[in-house]
Amino acid sequence: MPTYGMAIDLDRCTGCYNCQIACKDEHVGNEFLPIATSQPTFGHFWLGITEKEQCWDSSHFKVTYIPKLCNHCDDAACLKAAKDGAVYRRPDGIVIIDPEKTVGQKQLVDACPYGSIYWNEEKNVAQKCTFCAHLLDDGWTQPRCVQSCPMSCIHFGDLDDPNSKVSRFLAKNQAEVLEPEFKTKPKVSYAGLPKPHLAGTVRFADTGDCAANVKVTLTGPDGQKAESVTDCFGDFEFRNVKKGKHQINYVSDGYQPESKSFGVDDDISYLGEVSLAKAK
Amino acid sequence: MRYSTIDEQQFVNLTLGGPVRVFVKDGKIVRVMPLEYDAPDDPKPWSIEARGQTFTRPNKAGIAQFVQGLKQMVYSKDRLLTPLKRVDFDPNGKRNPENRGVSGYQPISWDEALTIISNEIVRQKETYGPGSIAVTGSSHDSWGNIGYRMSAMDRFWNLVGVTWIDHNPESWEGAYWGAIHAWGWHWRLGQVPNFDCLDDTFQHCDMVVFWASDPSTTSGDYAWNEQDHWRKHMKKLGIKFVFIDPFANFTAVLDGDKILRPKPGTDTAMALAIAYTWIQEGTYDKSYVENRTYGFDKWEAYVTGKEDGVPKTPEWAEKISGVQACDIKALARAWASQRTTLAAGGRPGMGNAGRAAYGHEWSRMMVLLIAMQGLGKPGVNYYCTTGGAPANWNVFFPGYADGGISGGSTGPKDLGPRGYPKRAVGSKIRQRINRSILPEAIMNQQATWRGIYGYYGESAQQQFNQLKYPFDGYSPVHMIARQGASYIGTMMETNRWARMYRHPNLEFFMCQTIYNEPEGRFADIILPVCTNLERYDIGEWEGISGYSNKLSAVNVRICVLQQKCIEPLGESKSDYDIYELIAERLGLKDVFNEGEKDVNGWIKRMFEVSDLPKFITWEKFQSKGYYIIPPDPDKKSAPAMRWFYDGRAIDIPDRPMPHDRPVFDGKGLATPTGKIEFESQNLKRFDPNDKERPPVPHYVPSFEGLNCTDLLKTYPLQLISPHPRCTFHSQHDGKSTWNEEIPHHRRLIDGYRYWAMRINPEDAEKRGIKDGDIVKIYNDRGAVLCAATVTKRIVAGVVHSYSSGGGYDPQGEPGNNKTIDKGGTINQLTSARWMSKNCPGMAPNACLVQVEKWERGKA
Repeated sequence: MPTYGMAIDLDRCTGCYNCQIACKDEHVGNEFLPIATSQPTFGHFWLGITEKEQCWDSSHFKVTYIPKLCNHCDDAACLKAAKDGAVYRRPDGIVIIDPEKTVGQKQLVDACPYGSIYWNEEKNVAQKCTFCAHLLDDGWTQPRCVQSCPMSCIHFGDLDDPNSKVSRFLAKNQAEVLEPEFKTKPKVSYAGLPKPHLAGTVRFADTGDCAANVKVTLTGPDGQKAESVTDCFGDFEFRNVKKGKHQINYVSDGYQPESKSFGVDDDISYLGEVSLAKAK
Repeated sequence: MRYSTIDEQQFVNLTLGGPVRVFVKDGKIVRVMPLEYDAPDDPKPWSIEARGQTFTRPNKAGIAQFVQGLKQMVYSKDRLLTPLKRVDFDPNGKRNPENRGVSGYQPISWDEALTIISNEIVRQKETYGPGSIAVTGSSHDSWGNIGYRMSAMDRFWNLVGVTWIDHNPESWEGAYWGAIHAWGWHWRLGQVPNFDCLDDTFQHCDMVVFWASDPSTTSGDYAWNEQDHWRKHMKKLGIKFVFIDPFANFTAVLDGDKILRPKPGTDTAMALAIAYTWIQEGTYDKSYVENRTYGFDKWEAYVTGKEDGVPKTPEWAEKISGVQACDIKALARAWASQRTTLAAGGRPGMGNAGRAAYGHEWSRMMVLLIAMQGLGKPGVNYYCTTGGAPANWNVFFPGYADGGISGGSTGPKDLGPRGYPKRAVGSKIRQRINRSILPEAIMNQQATWRGIYGYYGESAQQQFNQLKYPFDGYSPVHMIARQGASYIGTMMETNRWARMYRHPNLEFFMCQTIYNEPEGRFADIILPVCTNLERYDIGEWEGISGYSNKLSAVNVRICVLQQKCIEPLGESKSDYDIYELIAERLGLKDVFNEGEKDVNGWIKRMFEVSDLPKFITWEKFQSKGYYIIPPDPDKKSAPAMRWFYDGRAIDIPDRPMPHDRPVFDGKGLATPTGKIEFESQNLKRFDPNDKERPPVPHYVPSFEGLNCTDLLKTYPLQLISPHPRCTFHSQHDGKSTWNEEIPHHRRLIDGYRYWAMRINPEDAEKRGIKDGDIVKIYNDRGAVLCAATVTKRIVAGVVHSYSSGGGYDPQGEPGNNKTIDKGGTINQLTSARWMSKNCPGMAPNACLVQVEKWERGKA
């Protein structure tokens, strides 16, 4: 018996929205009782894309797209909030809201801390992602969102099988769940969630030129050192920077070194332009 | 009762955003999926080995997101299901043209509709003579070679004899009016091909400069989500990506290493400063310039200031463009010191900077910059990462621009020699109107422009020809027949179009289209057309041919028998069937259909004249639905411009048409000198004193930009309006579909989906605008409501909103510049003024506007 789970590679996600629409394609206008009844034409996002935009200066932007869907939690809040067994977990780990038993149970919508449950006003039922269980039961190997992804960045399969696509991905990549503080034991995880980022720009004071090939050393709050080199635009960056007190040093042949202490408490820190004076 | 797909039928079909597998049960579509290439007889995916890494092509189609939403397109509540007649249009009495756009419609029978139409056609020809009827299709059609406008529409109306409304090369205005004069390629409208450039980039490139390029959004046309794989691999190989765009565009925010943001319309100043730096520091390819180019000394004189006393320094460019001089210098130095590819436009020569005032100057400078660095050297290409995948072009399968059943190809004429059709039906009446001034032509019954016959790709010389409408001996136009209904969203200053349709000079306007769409709502008769899932056809993904032949923008060459999945909804019919019905009433049926009883005969014949029968039987093709032509594994890489760099004969699968060149020796380019021309000899001969497009390209300040200090007092923001991301032009907008729930596209506010407009936080704060507010964006030409997306991604002083909306929703008299359009038709605001006096190309990005917060509940 598999335990189905999913891992999403955000470094490959391009924000095409195909997965969001493929999910609608499957569940609008189609009945798949007893697994799911059809969703309304608009307004439900059983898989929905959210975006996080990071800007460290006017020439550097990054957007991370985060597909969000039901996590099929092992300790599901919706299961606890359901009456009359309206929500149940299958032996393969998929959590199902019974389309018939859930009639009138609007409390399920707010029960999910991730906001993954939607209310169908017309049918008076709560609805969410089913990992396309009706297709898996029919012998398909992947839900619609996985199949639709042009970049193949959604990995799905048996978490208990080391050779499954999802297990092989997790073996090679650092992945995390969203909002672990909810403690619901999600079975969907993400590689490439945006992390605190530090950047800056170096100029040569005498010419006003961008200072390329400057050695930049960052010493973190725990004393750990990281090194970077400025590119042709004089820009440097450090990824996955810890919060707290830091020291940064700039060294370039023929120029006086510079040094600075500062605190990092934001997601994105931009140190601005540093100017290096010519060596005496 | 457990669900199973066993009871469902599966069909294969093809769209402008890729091939799909469609599941149908009881005559209803269950689901639409991207096609996977996993049949046992499908070819093994090709790979490219470079720098110790292997890239293997994906094994399924990267379709567009609105194609993933095709089911909702088919069943949209906005489908037309019956023929319609405008209630106050009486063909035998009062026609009330001034009510078009406002009148209601009543359903009529097909018989009544066809009678009215065929009577009108006869009446127009009897009263005014041939030429009185003008015909146009939209730039991009539903997919399929038989049903395409260049096929069925052309064949039918050429039998009638009409004035054609010619498309102008809108996506690549700059290249057509500009780059052609630097390097030829007129048979590609000034675009350079990209054969084997994907391989060359993987092997040799160090940096790509994306200039006015957002390939993840535009894919150069129909490839949509096929090419992000390539760019991800380029990043894996360590290739640096620098973007130049006032908007931190959708490709830039994925993997851009640096985004330089000039004010729109000032890109030429930046380009000149880059050339200046190279000249000062001697860091350009002097040998290439000497041997492969002509006129460098004139360019050098302009760049260094010898010509006009103004050296085009980075400091000079900073004042004009807003990009820091040190960054321009750093870019120039990085560019010259490594193998840099220039990706200018979503496809070479496309790009927002070219669809602007004097956009041809930008386009020419892009060619000249890459020429200064030895275009054609390994890793040094003019290549936008939107083509050039491995492909076997020795296998012939027609594209839509081969003309299908009409025989009127716009490019390489390959179908005719294969006997398809048996009898070509070309345009014999010869009067034309350039689409960009159709409103003036209809309303004023006079117009002039330069260029002749269709898409103007037959020579550079062709674009110098001055035309006057009406042509001598011809009637002005009194009737328009329209296939599709996109122009209110896609043309310039489109209140002019609304006024044109309401003008009494236009006695009859018929429109055939799939949905209840803005332009259709001006028609006297509307005919309901079915989607391509409701009919048979045949086509290749991204199979254009013509001026865009052999692009290799997708990962496979896949030919599809587009299998009809369901019956046409309501009373809708295919365009082909509609034309055959009208032809019958005019006594033209047998000539039109060449004895074929329906499209299936034409489809089978097209399969037979292609090279496909060498590889697959008709029966197998019918049942499987597709065939993938594998690349030739033995073919050596021959990058697009390597032959030119090496000084050899051309060795790419292109057939240059050297009309503009006195001597043709199989080497060199189709310019008068055979070289890349810094000083264009064509332009020198044609109009050496044209200050807007001089023989050597110049920085010419925009006629409507952030440099226009007077106009800025009223309209202080510049609007840029590139091609949209979440729809193919207007085709997938305004039709109640799932892409309308994507916030980059439309935002739901108070129950209405407003078109998104991006504004910088500084500009928003000055106006009390918050993210998610409704705003009015306006100038003298129109007023539009949008949803404000407040973001730093667009520079201050500029607002960004996509062109080509399909949701025109005027809150008052259509065509009145004060009427507010709630539907977000940005094209009401752009200017009809051409990019320069000799170049009738559109310049949408020369547009100043004001934006203010809109009170909710006001409209």
